[in-house]
Amino acid sequence: MKVRLKIWRQPNATAKGKFVTYDMDSVSPEMSFLEMLDSLNGMLVEKGEMPVAFEHDCREGICGSCGLYINGYPHGPQKLATTCHLYMRVFRDGQTIVVEPWRARPFPVIRDLIVDRTALEKILVAGGYVSVDTGQATESNTTKVSKEHADEAYDSAVCIGCGACVAACKNASAMLFVSAKVSQFALLPQGKVEAKRRVQRMVARMDELGFGNCTNSYACEAECPKGIRITNIARMNREFWKAKVCGQKTV
Amino acid sequence: MTKLDSKIPQGPLAEKWTHYKEHARLVNPANRKKLDIIVVGTGIAGSSAAATLGEMGYNVKVFCYQDMPRRAHSVAAQGGINAAKNYKNDGDSVYRLFYDMIKGGDYRSREANVYRAAEVSNASIDQLVAQGVPFAREYGGTLANRSFGGVQVSRTFYAQGQTGQQVLLGCYSGLCRQVDQGMVTMYARRDVLDIVIIDGKARGIVARNLVTGEIERHAAHAVVLATGGYGTIYYLSTLAVNSNATAAWAAYKRGAFFGNPSFVQIHPTSLPVLNEYQSKLTLMSESLRNDGRIWVPKDKEDKRHPNNIPEEDRDYYLERRYPAYGNLVPRDVGSRAAKERCDAGYGVGPTGLSVYLDFKDAILKQGKKAIAAKYGNLFELYHRVTGSDPYEEPMRIYPAGHYTMGGLWVDYGLMTTISGLFAIGESNFSDHGANRLGASSLMQCAGDGYFILPYTISDFLAGEIRTPRISTDNKAFEEAEKTVAERIDKLLKVNGKKTALSFHKRLGNIMWNYCGMARNEAGLQKAYGMVEELEKEFWKDVRVPGTSRELNQELEKAIRVADFFGLARLMITDGLDRKESCGAHFREESQTGSGEAKRIDSQYSYVAAWEYTGDGSAPVLHKEPLVFENVELKERSYQ
Amino acid sequence: MIKQSSITKKFIMAFAGIFLVLFLLVHLGINLFILPIHVNHQEIFGQAVKFMTSNLVVKVFEVVLFSTFIIHMAYGVILQVQNWMARPRRYKKGGWSQTSFFSKFMIHTGIIVLIFLVIHFINFYFVKLGWTAAPSGQAPVRGDHDFYPMAVNLFSNTPYAILYIVLIILLGFHLSHAFQSAFQSLGLNHSKYSPIIRWIGYLYSIIVPLGFICIPLYFLVF
Repeated sequence: MKVRLKIWRQPNATAKGKFVTYDMDSVSPEMSFLEMLDSLNGMLVEKGEMPVAFEHDCREGICGSCGLYINGYPHGPQKLATTCHLYMRVFRDGQTIVVEPWRARPFPVIRDLIVDRTALEKILVAGGYVSVDTGQATESNTTKVSKEHADEAYDSAVCIGCGACVAACKNASAMLFVSAKVSQFALLPQGKVEAKRRVQRMVARMDELGFGNCTNSYACEAECPKGIRITNIARMNREFWKAKVCGQKTV
Repeated sequence: MTKLDSKIPQGPLAEKWTHYKEHARLVNPANRKKLDIIVVGTGIAGSSAAATLGEMGYNVKVFCYQDMPRRAHSVAAQGGINAAKNYKNDGDSVYRLFYDMIKGGDYRSREANVYRAAEVSNASIDQLVAQGVPFAREYGGTLANRSFGGVQVSRTFYAQGQTGQQVLLGCYSGLCRQVDQGMVTMYARRDVLDIVIIDGKARGIVARNLVTGEIERHAAHAVVLATGGYGTIYYLSTLAVNSNATAAWAAYKRGAFFGNPSFVQIHPTSLPVLNEYQSKLTLMSESLRNDGRIWVPKDKEDKRHPNNIPEEDRDYYLERRYPAYGNLVPRDVGSRAAKERCDAGYGVGPTGLSVYLDFKDAILKQGKKAIAAKYGNLFELYHRVTGSDPYEEPMRIYPAGHYTMGGLWVDYGLMTTISGLFAIGESNFSDHGANRLGASSLMQCAGDGYFILPYTISDFLAGEIRTPRISTDNKAFEEAEKTVAERIDKLLKVNGKKTALSFHKRLGNIMWNYCGMARNEAGLQKAYGMVEELEKEFWKDVRVPGTSRELNQELEKAIRVADFFGLARLMITDGLDRKESCGAHFREESQTGSGEAKRIDSQYSYVAAWEYTGDGSAPVLHKEPLVFENVELKERSYQ
Repeated sequence: MIKQSSITKKFIMAFAGIFLVLFLLVHLGINLFILPIHVNHQEIFGQAVKFMTSNLVVKVFEVVLFSTFIIHMAYGVILQVQNWMARPRRYKKGGWSQTSFFSKFMIHTGIIVLIFLVIHFINFYFVKLGWTAAPSGQAPVRGDHDFYPMAVNLFSNTPYAILYIVLIILLGFHLSHAFQSAFQSLGLNHSKYSPIIRWIGYLYSIIVPLGFICIPLYFLVF
């Protein structure tokens, strides 16, 4: 099949970028989107041009590296899939495909389709953990966790940190990402001790980094490749409320 | 001639580690902040080690090539993590876990190390649970276990099909906490290209900043490599596409011995090669074999759709050959059996290189719903990648390069032959012998990082408290930086016609065909020559566009591929040396009448540790004899 | 205000919003008596207006109501500006994700509601304060508090009635997202009750505007 690609090219963080059109004449429907880009890059390199820089690593949908905004959707039009699991068979022969990097103020472009997502890590550094030094842990089964809560915590914990929620949100809000982590710990007894401090610090860091505000449009949930639900956001709002109103100390 | 001292403590097996800990030297808390440690790699081993060392008060610098530590490929481990908790009351114990690992590794690992790995496994689970890792639970609120990978007890802790991700994120959260507290500094998007040795000790690294292209020097009192395996040498593997051997290879070239390089586990249940563009073989969890039945047609010429092939025309070859274990034989056995069928012409699919994994019976017996609950996400994944629905027709699977048991040789203290250079997790050779059992790699990585390295590195650092901060102005740094810069320059100047990726594919092909699931003398010899030729061609014809002073993914690839050539030759050399079959290393010359692997304990009961002697000259083999005081060497039989 | 955390701002938006939603219900309840739904509807309407304009408690309430309006609007604008700032470069081809549709246009429908409010004030509240003239027409207006004939005069004016209907429909769009969104912002989410809240929200955003629309429709038709 044939496709026409319009890809955002930007040689470095400060350069002015532009869209460049590439026509691909022999694309196999069995290729993954990234393999299609590999083959484009092969052609570019053989011509002596710089290949399109894009991030990818595990190529099995779990590392969260890949993240392209394809035809108006983060990770492309396929539901519950990362870009590496998007296959060319979902596109039409002759289709024009616009490929853009994630767009958000906290995610500056580094090169072409690669953006800097370390803002997400900075939020986790502000409290996305349980403070327990190595060797302090007690025998696991002394703390029981209901299956319901453990499963729900797992559902929140499967976030791969790809940033699709931010990319999809019209406000570039990171609420789904942050709330997934806050929820995971809010649901488990291990996370209770630091709950009040955690939610306040993480939210403060999120705001500080310049992410937008959540306006409950739920695009994040629709685009999350791991199916993280917006109930997490409600839970975080609740946790935040509890911490601010009932907490002894504002962090 | 041999310089190997494995430093295994004296005393009975069960007391060695306790004895070691009680007698290891310590570093006073006030002195710890004066000592710097570099950790390379942020998978489960690297993250847990860095976090723990940070907690202890050392200054830690962490390096990874990804944008964030959380993306390290530990994240992709699916099945689970073993521990000898005996929660199921099925008679499990540290000794049994140890024994299973020794046996599973086909008696090519060190007793003391394996026992210690089993010994600390329980503490790892406690630590991870305390950090909020949401392992699967029973309705009563206690932790759930499942049986995994050909053992007779249920000792595997899991978080659905994403245990690796959850364990890694647990370790990563600890790392984040140390970053928050200022004890650990993150250096993401760095490729570590060389290890700096000053007066015989590892004192730093040279890294390339992948964003700016700048070559950076970082100094420390000790360096820890947690760089994972080198399975991407096959190009198509279950590893992350960017996984590489560069840092470990640099260590080897600087004098660290490489242990058992040819021991590579081929995982039996991966998606098959579907087309020529494929960049990755996605693993399908081993747990599928609990309910799926593996078969090929009895007749080579049978080209019917699998659903139209009746029972009597199907060959359930694992059940036929291994009635006791059936579809649940260990990985190496299952992989080889699939290869045997395909080589004999019974393979299915367009390439003839796959076998069926059929859930028809399981769906009939348990219902579609029960199967969906267990494997729903895997089935969806399969459907998405291949376009075929496993509820309706059998999956097609084939073995793929997966885990490297080989790695940098380390002593009991996890130190390589370079003083002050440590290797943990998959990057060392120590715990899995010639074959790794399922769910034991997460266990080893967490154990190394949380509970072993922090003690052993302190023992080393206790001797360094008088060493002032290492300066990066040292001549050794200058020399290392120059070596790295020259190599990069050389790559950029070749200006040939072919991409680094095309060379990687060709190298992968050679390795897969001749140094993969089965090896023989002639094939290995031939492959050695082919790799040499390919390497020459690479240096004449590779094309790396752009410059070194920018984000240049082609350059990153080229550097990695360039390092793989040497490693490939070392793997082949090791494979040639070991004329026996053991675990994943199957030498066709050494098999039993029924085609099973035949070990030759009298000649090969050793770890092959290879010493680098220069690019032009052959590596020197050092043998560490494996002494078994506690287990009796038996033939591994799963029939 | 700007420095407050994003979640705090959302709380305030939600609280204010819910208050306004409740007020709207009271407002509708009174307005419906413009229609001949009771034999004494005119009288009841008159009494209600009298109560709402003279009772001391209501007077205090009025201040609260106005503040709520202002807070809701001010926060809405701040949130929106921050949200625009969070994505300085927009997508070339963007916004295809499946979303709560009207959530995309809250600022737009919000501004329209504000315009409506201004018109509404000119027509009624400012009359009461003596700042503007009462809407004139067929019905004679006796005094600043005689809202019934004022309403009749306005609704009998076809362009006004149509404008009114259109603006109320847009208010409905605003409400359709607002109702369940407020609960989400307040963290009031439950696997059992959230679907009910969502349905109440939809019903509210249909029934309340319909109720308001009935009045001009009545005057347009009869």
